[in-house]
Amino acid sequence: MSRKVLVLGEVREGSLRNVSFEAISAAKTVAEGGEVVGVLIGDAVSALGSELIKYGADRVVIVEDEKLKQYTSDGYSQALLAVIDQEKPEGIIIGHTALGKDLSPRIAGKLSSGLISDATAVEVAGGNVVFTRPIYSGKAFEKKIVTDGIIFATVRPNNIAPLEKDESRNGEVASLSVDIKDLRTIIKEVVRKAAEGVDLSEAKVIVSGGRGVKSADGFKPLKELADVLGGAVGASRGACDAEYCDYSMQIGQTGKVVTPDLYIACGISGAIQHLAGMSNSKVIVAINKDPEANIFKVADYGIVGDLFEVVPMLTEEFKKLKVHS
Amino acid sequence: MNIYVLMKRTFDTEEKIVLSGGKINEDGAEFIINPYDEYAIEEAIQVRDAHGGEVTVISVGNEEAEKQLRTALAMGADKAVLINTEDDIENSDQYTTAKVIAEYLKEKEVDLILGGNVAIDGGTGQVGPRVAELLNIPYVTTITKLDIDGTKVTVTRDVEGDSEIIETSLPLLVTAQQGLNEPRYPSLPGIMKAKKKPLEELELDDLDLEEDDVEAKTKTIEIFLPPKKEAGKVLSGELTDQVKELVYLLHTEAKVV
Repeated sequence: MSRKVLVLGEVREGSLRNVSFEAISAAKTVAEGGEVVGVLIGDAVSALGSELIKYGADRVVIVEDEKLKQYTSDGYSQALLAVIDQEKPEGIIIGHTALGKDLSPRIAGKLSSGLISDATAVEVAGGNVVFTRPIYSGKAFEKKIVTDGIIFATVRPNNIAPLEKDESRNGEVASLSVDIKDLRTIIKEVVRKAAEGVDLSEAKVIVSGGRGVKSADGFKPLKELADVLGGAVGASRGACDAEYCDYSMQIGQTGKVVTPDLYIACGISGAIQHLAGMSNSKVIVAINKDPEANIFKVADYGIVGDLFEVVPMLTEEFKKLKVHS
Repeated sequence: MNIYVLMKRTFDTEEKIVLSGGKINEDGAEFIINPYDEYAIEEAIQVRDAHGGEVTVISVGNEEAEKQLRTALAMGADKAVLINTEDDIENSDQYTTAKVIAEYLKEKEVDLILGGNVAIDGGTGQVGPRVAELLNIPYVTTITKLDIDGTKVTVTRDVEGDSEIIETSLPLLVTAQQGLNEPRYPSLPGIMKAKKKPLEELELDDLDLEEDDVEAKTKTIEIFLPPKKEAGKVLSGELTDQVKELVYLLHTEAKVV
């Protein structure tokens, strides 16, 4: 059964986020041969429409308004609901980002529909579109289907492979004019804490510190290693509770759940609550003084040693590798 | 001020997940207030103490949730409401829960609703925004600061590490992010007092809802555990050699750098 599926592209600082291309790939599966329609919302986003098409969208609908310069749930839901009203899709896919998490339940509430959040895989099996998603922060997984109404899901960044970019693809990019009004929340100011570095949820490499880093300064060598690898720095609850770092860096069952290609755990013992947040990473490296530390049970590679010795050496070694390759 | 908190009873974060008969085995597991909902309860108490009013904590679930509701009362909430859906609803999802809560709240005079930004079991974060939509009030998710001045509200919202300073107004629904506050532990006098505080139990009938009105839109068809990770390779030898070997392995064997 073919379906028309909408995909909301997410723009950050003038570029589309990777998760938008991953969402198109998921939408192709859900569409079962039907049309995939990209949606872009913002104040100056139309130039990015062709990018969505090159990654697999068949055409794109743009809603532009200066009131949509920043994300607000009121503004974006008015825009997206107008597109839904025009297109009457049978599926909607959005990235499970801060924006997607905030917006999607509201749209589902308005449509009186189901919503499968944070899917890590999608397939068609036994006549159903089946989504896989983590529960208990990845301690278990569930397979879920929509039993009534529109197939609506958000997809976790970094899990569903995007389609290869095809420069030769063409499609219509059309605007839809929507009267955006009555915004009940106004963003007065944005304080960028994460201005430098890579976002944790999308990072391919994460270097993470636990109580073993001993102080806020102790994160410096970790940051240097992350920079060499183009990665982000994370932390365990222990390090956050000890105020070595901000809670926004916390990885675990409380905090962020991450699935990078490479996770380097430095001075982290490996409490169950932390493992829930990172154990589905593709490759895990543990560096810990204690050979009995729990983290070694989930690590692919381990070095027993002092992180303050090992991490700077690793940074140097990776620098050499980058020069040679 | 009429303050409502949406609370979920969840598995303790230190619990391992065990399946039996394709379902999560709850036997002997410790249950807690969802940690993000604890921040919501704490914030509600602080808002009440600063501005007056009453804090009502609501949970949808079965009678087991009474224990966590009593804990919320012991922390300082004034009233608790358990909407017990165990006998009435077989298959529920976030659509169901939000509809039940909104049905209860729509008859109330609501100034502020707080909840956790996500529950650590289901992990969808849907119920708060869905309830706000159904009640037609604004919402702000993942907040780390809340200031109320009359009906004017200023909140700080965590957006993947950045902070947005947002102005809005009551009535309002917010969901709590870590860092909002330090939830208190119930005191002994608090625990004694909680025993006498009102805990109302409702069923679908009391809300004039039929099972069909709240029938889930989604269904879980399978639950499984992730493949058990084999313990990997702990390197040995001189530290400098170990570091070289690790970089080599990550480059050539694991191919992640």
